[in-house]
Amino acid sequence: MVELMEKSAFGGLLPVEVGTCRIFAALPEPMHLVSPYKGQGKPLSDAMKKAHGMAFPAAGRATGKEGARLVWFGLEQAMLIGPAPDARLSEFAAVVDQSDGWAVLRLQGPQAEDVLARLVPVDMRAGHFKRGQTVRTQLQHLHVSITRVGSEVFQIMAMRSMAKTLVDELQGAMRLVAAR
Amino acid sequence: MRIDGKGLIDRSVTVPFAFDGQRYHGFAGDTLASALLANGVRMVGRSFKYHRPRGLLTAGSEEPNALVTVGQGGNATPNLRATTQEIYEGLTAVSQNRWPSLNLDVMAVNDLFSPFLSAGFYYKTFMWPRSFWERVYEPIIRRSAGLGALSGEPDTARYEQAYAFCDLLVIGAGPAGLMAALTAARAGADVILADEDSRMGGRLLAETEPLDGEPAHIWVARVLDELATMDNVRLMPRTTVTGVYDGGTYGALERVTTHLANPAPDAPLEAFWRITAKQTVLATGAIERPVAFPMNDRPGVMMAGAVRSYLNRWGVAAGQKVAVFGNNNDAHRTAHDLHEAGVEVVALIDSRADAAVSGDFPLFTGAQVINTRGRKSLGEVHVQTASGVEVIEADCLAMSGGWNPTLHLSCHLGGRPVWNVSIHAFVPDPKNCAGLHVAGAAGGVFSTKGALKSGVFRAREALKALGMKAPSIPLPVAGDAEYAITPLWQVQGRKRAWLDFANDVTVKDVELAATENLASSEHMKRFTTQGMAPDQGKNSNVGALAVLADATGRSIAATGTTTFRPPFVPVPIAATGSAGAGKGFAPERFMTSHDRSLEMGAPMIEAGLWYRPSYFPRKGEKNWRQACDHEVGMVRNAVGVCDVSTLGKIDVQGPDAAAFLDFIYTNRMSSLKVGRVRYGLMLREDGMVMDDGTCARLGARHFLVTTTTAAAAQVMRHMEFVLQGLRPDWDVRIASVTEQWAQFAVAGPKSRELLNGLFDAPIDNDSFPFMACGDVRIKGVSARLFRISYSGEHAYEIAVPARFGAALFDLLLERAQALGGGAYGLEALNVLRIEKGFLTHAEIHGRATAFDLGMERMISPAKDCIGKVMAERPGLKGPLREQLVGLKPAGAAKLITAGAHLFMQGAEAVSDNDQGFVTSPCYSPTLGHPIALAMLQNGRARHGEVIDIVDHLRGVRTACVVCEPVFFDADGGRCRG
Repeated sequence: MVELMEKSAFGGLLPVEVGTCRIFAALPEPMHLVSPYKGQGKPLSDAMKKAHGMAFPAAGRATGKEGARLVWFGLEQAMLIGPAPDARLSEFAAVVDQSDGWAVLRLQGPQAEDVLARLVPVDMRAGHFKRGQTVRTQLQHLHVSITRVGSEVFQIMAMRSMAKTLVDELQGAMRLVAAR
Repeated sequence: MRIDGKGLIDRSVTVPFAFDGQRYHGFAGDTLASALLANGVRMVGRSFKYHRPRGLLTAGSEEPNALVTVGQGGNATPNLRATTQEIYEGLTAVSQNRWPSLNLDVMAVNDLFSPFLSAGFYYKTFMWPRSFWERVYEPIIRRSAGLGALSGEPDTARYEQAYAFCDLLVIGAGPAGLMAALTAARAGADVILADEDSRMGGRLLAETEPLDGEPAHIWVARVLDELATMDNVRLMPRTTVTGVYDGGTYGALERVTTHLANPAPDAPLEAFWRITAKQTVLATGAIERPVAFPMNDRPGVMMAGAVRSYLNRWGVAAGQKVAVFGNNNDAHRTAHDLHEAGVEVVALIDSRADAAVSGDFPLFTGAQVINTRGRKSLGEVHVQTASGVEVIEADCLAMSGGWNPTLHLSCHLGGRPVWNVSIHAFVPDPKNCAGLHVAGAAGGVFSTKGALKSGVFRAREALKALGMKAPSIPLPVAGDAEYAITPLWQVQGRKRAWLDFANDVTVKDVELAATENLASSEHMKRFTTQGMAPDQGKNSNVGALAVLADATGRSIAATGTTTFRPPFVPVPIAATGSAGAGKGFAPERFMTSHDRSLEMGAPMIEAGLWYRPSYFPRKGEKNWRQACDHEVGMVRNAVGVCDVSTLGKIDVQGPDAAAFLDFIYTNRMSSLKVGRVRYGLMLREDGMVMDDGTCARLGARHFLVTTTTAAAAQVMRHMEFVLQGLRPDWDVRIASVTEQWAQFAVAGPKSRELLNGLFDAPIDNDSFPFMACGDVRIKGVSARLFRISYSGEHAYEIAVPARFGAALFDLLLERAQALGGGAYGLEALNVLRIEKGFLTHAEIHGRATAFDLGMERMISPAKDCIGKVMAERPGLKGPLREQLVGLKPAGAAKLITAGAHLFMQGAEAVSDNDQGFVTSPCYSPTLGHPIALAMLQNGRARHGEVIDIVDHLRGVRTACVVCEPVFFDADGGRCRG
């Protein structure tokens, strides 16, 4: 029987390296949007800790670590990235599969902050946007989620259909930064 | 002429450049202005209206005369100030507003007619005949008056935009700005120091006054060295802060490579910064103002401070015989600096009778310059003294009417400056400067010592507001010379005395404005155009106000300034909009089938940022209609596959999900069984139809809503609003899953046959009837299947996680082709739905009610829903409403066009007789003639009537029969089959 072949959001667009920075596709991992029902924030966080070892994040924060991360994603929403969600979570929260909905890449390099300064109207410098902080913002016209996952590494998520525009915008900014 | 041993230029680096085709040499550190002056070039431009020869007036961004075009073709940038343009090897600049050349400009004839060309001349003269204004007069006037021109070619230069953040933004790096930045930097604050010059230091680089006993530039270099090593400081030279906006946001233009001969290919020419600062120190210094004496515009007449700048910063003497004319002590420095440098000073003229003047050159007090001579360069200066008129031979006249604080940025948020009687100038009103601390000359503190002190003081204020402790910083020893001034705005005389050099506005023009009762400063500005040139009247505004005040018998304070608005210097739109160039204009959204569709040669249509295939041309098909007809036939007779992933999909979950959906849909969704789909209609709060789509029940408290492509975001926003604003008590969670699923319509009599060939477990009419939904497995992948139809055929939509989309599309195509079908595009999709009378946003156009669309019965009487009450308003129902109908040709098939209007047969096609319009026309290959959906007044009662459709744009008038909007398979038997 023929299997359906998977195709990644970025196809052959990544990786790209310009100057001191590079962008590369994040490893494909399950992603689920978790939104606690009314008054269920605490039990959800407890269940999350028990099942996946991390608490539900406060606004603008990401909990967990590489391989199992919970990224704040909006009002009473967090994206569980890595583990398949424990069945018990659905008792306390709406859990929606988004594994294919978002294109996820990493921007890495000593000038990554300068690249983002050309695209994002948020202060992304290390002193103001530390490891473990996350933001929903715009990257030019794109609606994105950006999380600092390392001292020089950002995880950037955009809607899957706009993956090419995301790469184009980042590549353009990387060129401008490298040209300085 | 260069002066040996003077200036901060690097004489070891010679820089060749060209101006108006002539080659010259300058030195590293030169601006175009200083290099031209050093080469003895006196005339650099022609004036705006009279085309009079003009030379350099200033040495800064306020320059009104020396505007040049740099570069060629698409790379050319017009209206650059020679005073801020640095030279580099190979720089090619040309003068503007002259023909055929700067030296011989035939339009200079305007100067002879100057008595007729006063302010308001055009408005009064070119009134008749009326039609001539646009066709004849305006083009001629525009051609003869003006500035540099754009090339008309696309701008090939690269630009950049960027964001920056800081605790303290210091604008201006003169004595006040440097001390403020140093104070805040040592306190540990995040500091951005921006200065529009290529070299920081402000007037410290232009004066001979020492700091701590050393030349001031040495102190400047030391401070900058310290700042440069600090991680919390960002130095931004060549960066002009151009505007102040809400919330501590500042716009700034950085000249990134305008000074480089060979910039990196990817490097931007200029960058536009959006800087967010918690606090700001405004240390922008002051701008010297001219005196309006007769014939004060000749090349060679310059600002006294600028003459010092050229001498001390660039080692250039502005003339060989220099006269100095001023009304304040500061002007004396020019005479002394020149004299010490060995330049002949032919006169120091002070208008004040009691002025204390000294010097080893001719001195005049209580004297005024009343005239000058010299056509293309100053030749002589006529001075009125107590004993008579002295004629003095001079090739440069350095003038000073005092200094105006550069307060523009303090007014961008609506602040008005206040008049300071001791310095006879406007200063910023601290009441209007929240978070903006004005330091140094910008606040009217004109001595060097005062500026340094004020910089520290204002930085301390800012640090206090930031909750930071200021360190104690010793001030360098600096001069504290008294700035004594007695106002002198104009010198009476028969001849013209210029106020605004850039727009050729004279004292007479301003007086005329007052005579015409255009006495408010804002009216005067618009009548005379004073301050409306690219320099925005930086050195003429206050002088013009003073003349207006005098002419109207008011004080200057009572006359008030005009409004200062961003930008402070001209900003290329290419810079502010750089991110929007090319594809940066809007994101591109691609479906998973995109690559395959392109391979098949499908032209793309953009819909809601998505790129959707319009049709799939086959061999031998000459136009889109042939392809479309073929694809429609395929769906009606076999099976077609279409990517419908762009439709909005919203996941709705929670205990109150059913109640929520009942509230936002007109019809009931709570009664929907699990595993079933229902068509639904949503209204806006005002009762008009917002969107339509389907709602599938996936579980007891789990639904999936689909929206149209165009309204996906609107519906999501609407749901958020309802949940957060109207019913926060409901426990419902929503999430967009549009991007998660790739979804394909499989439509046609053979659709089930196609799918059953792929499913692990086949389906039939009992297990999967019309409007059923459920999970299926296809090639080992979990998928969602919906038996819904937008074509009227037996059809399904199958959704898989997007990573499998491309593979599934390929597979479906392969199977469809084996069954005599294939892919169909947006054109065929549209024809199929028009034949069935299904709606899109052509019909749901924002003014249509459910009644208009024939769907009134979908508003459930048994429950409330959003828009229900407002839909009951008078005038939203009844025979006057335009209602959805079908149209088909009466007689021989003729073209029906979109947007054509409907009229009673034979009625004159004017708006009074308008009865509606065509929303969606097409050629129906199924029926063999054109059909259309339309909105027609009282349309449902008029089936069978013949009406005229008229399309004025395309010149179409044709008769049509009104009919049911469903043209094909009216009882819907095919989709149930």
